[in-house]
Amino acid sequence: MGTETEYGVLAPSLPSANATVLSSQIVNAYAATLRTGAGNLSGTRWDYTDEAPLNDARGFAVPRAAADPTSLTDEPPVLDAEQIAMEGGGPAALYGEQTQDNPVLMNMVLGNGARLYVDHAHPEYSSPEVTRPRDAVLWDKAGDAVVLAAMRHIARMPGFAPVHLYKNNTDNKGVSYGSHENYLVPRSVPFGALASGLVPFFVSRQVIAGSGRVGIGTNNQRQGFQLSQRADFFETEVGLETTIRRPIINTRDEPHAVAEKYRRLHVIIGDANLSEVSALLKIGTTSLVLSMIEAGTAPAVELRDPVGALQAISHDPSLEQLVELTDGRMVTGLDLQEIYFEAAAAHSRAGGETDPDTEDILARWSGLLGTLKRDPLEAAASVDWVAKLKLLQAYRERDGLAWSDARLHLVDLQYSDMRPEKGLYYRLAARGQMERVLTDEEIARAVTSPPDDTRAYFRGNCLTRFPKEVIGASWDSIIFELPSRRRLQRIPTREPLRGTRALTEELFNASADAEDFVTRLLTGSDTAVAP
Amino acid sequence: MATQDRRNTGTHPVEEEETEAVPPPAAEAEASTETEGVDDLLDEIDGVLESNAEEFVRGFIQKGGQ
Repeated sequence: MGTETEYGVLAPSLPSANATVLSSQIVNAYAATLRTGAGNLSGTRWDYTDEAPLNDARGFAVPRAAADPTSLTDEPPVLDAEQIAMEGGGPAALYGEQTQDNPVLMNMVLGNGARLYVDHAHPEYSSPEVTRPRDAVLWDKAGDAVVLAAMRHIARMPGFAPVHLYKNNTDNKGVSYGSHENYLVPRSVPFGALASGLVPFFVSRQVIAGSGRVGIGTNNQRQGFQLSQRADFFETEVGLETTIRRPIINTRDEPHAVAEKYRRLHVIIGDANLSEVSALLKIGTTSLVLSMIEAGTAPAVELRDPVGALQAISHDPSLEQLVELTDGRMVTGLDLQEIYFEAAAAHSRAGGETDPDTEDILARWSGLLGTLKRDPLEAAASVDWVAKLKLLQAYRERDGLAWSDARLHLVDLQYSDMRPEKGLYYRLAARGQMERVLTDEEIARAVTSPPDDTRAYFRGNCLTRFPKEVIGASWDSIIFELPSRRRLQRIPTREPLRGTRALTEELFNASADAEDFVTRLLTGSDTAVAP
Repeated sequence: MATQDRRNTGTHPVEEEETEAVPPPAAEAEASTETEGVDDLLDEIDGVLESNAEEFVRGFIQKGGQ
């Protein structure tokens, strides 16, 4: 599994700045922090060979000409020196030796196995693949540290306006950008079972993992507070797009892995979380529901109107809103979560021995549902929307502010400011008012180190150890350029659970250099460990 | 809470007609310590909030995303 975070981007002193240029500044600034002696590490190209964003999990592909241009994520974005220069801040300082033939960096693969790149008009960090929900949160938080380092670097550069990033999902003016999760699922699980098992779960998951939003409606048409940043931007139940007609279940069938064996469930309905507990439960409970769907033990509930229910639940912070099931029952979002929790607990008991991660998720999930049932505001230390609402209510009480007041909208926005001195989440956390799951030391380590137990270990170590020879990479490939070989050497890494520390550490340690490494990998007795 | 009790410490005057009912305060027993903590928190946050709320929020414009 893994996460993708698109950050909101703003240069307050340059109100009309081109968002793509600002996003490229983030990528290039991070590269600059790594550049000394790091060779290609600062600019590894993305290998688009295996990307297929138009394949639909329902068994067909959308013709390229018929697709929305924003769906063509397999075409690298380009920004030339002229465009950069037009935005002020000449390329030299931040962008290094860039020329017309050597355009500015729009993509990097990092030593921790992640990808940092410009996605349309936002900087995006995609975490490396992990096998545990806690690790997914850890490497997602590492991304926040990566972009903070980039922001700090830009702020130090003479001639560059400071760039602020926000880990939120809407500008409250009709635009939304995503925070996605990816889960590897066996191809043998029918897509229909995934969709029917997940829709009621996703509709109610915002109760435990919403980030909270001041304003209701995509264009902030009505005043008030709601649980989710994203709920109002969803229009259909199942579909391929991620930028228009957003679906609760996304059908993009682009596994970035052995396609016969796996599908990638691309989840676009989540909010970007600052709270580590919300993030852990968002990913942990989803993993448990996927296990139930695989085993055929998911609860059989079906909503009469999933999109309507998603928005109705989001619009009611008292958590009392009832929504209708197809069997006529009326339930709240909390009721739906309880139905899923009970099924997951039973599933876990039936499976005999459980692992500590599952026990931890189940205990936190059950505890949080109990707290939310008693009084939602009691969950302020663990759930983003509640932490935000509590803060907003304190302002409303002290200063008598209406929901339309700009200061409440500012509190909403600044909750997600990535600078610890400015971000209100970070201010609350520094006061001990947000429960932590991770330590700052762990997060700092995850900025440079890949996880041990997936192919991300192989990718990250290839980049760190052979920065000059690795000239391209993607989730499922590494491309070496070796002086001794006339052609580029592409190493496929299509099996996400290989390339682990256990399988490849010895090979890395035994190899004198990149040549030796690639030779051993392709010809020697070490081929058995190849990813 | 009566509307005349409202304090306005912001940079902009509050418009009376937009003001909605404020939820009742928490139980009296825990009110005093809790209020202190909240005041202290709001003081800190007042200190880090961007200075011109209206202009700042209006200027936060994003292009589309996924």
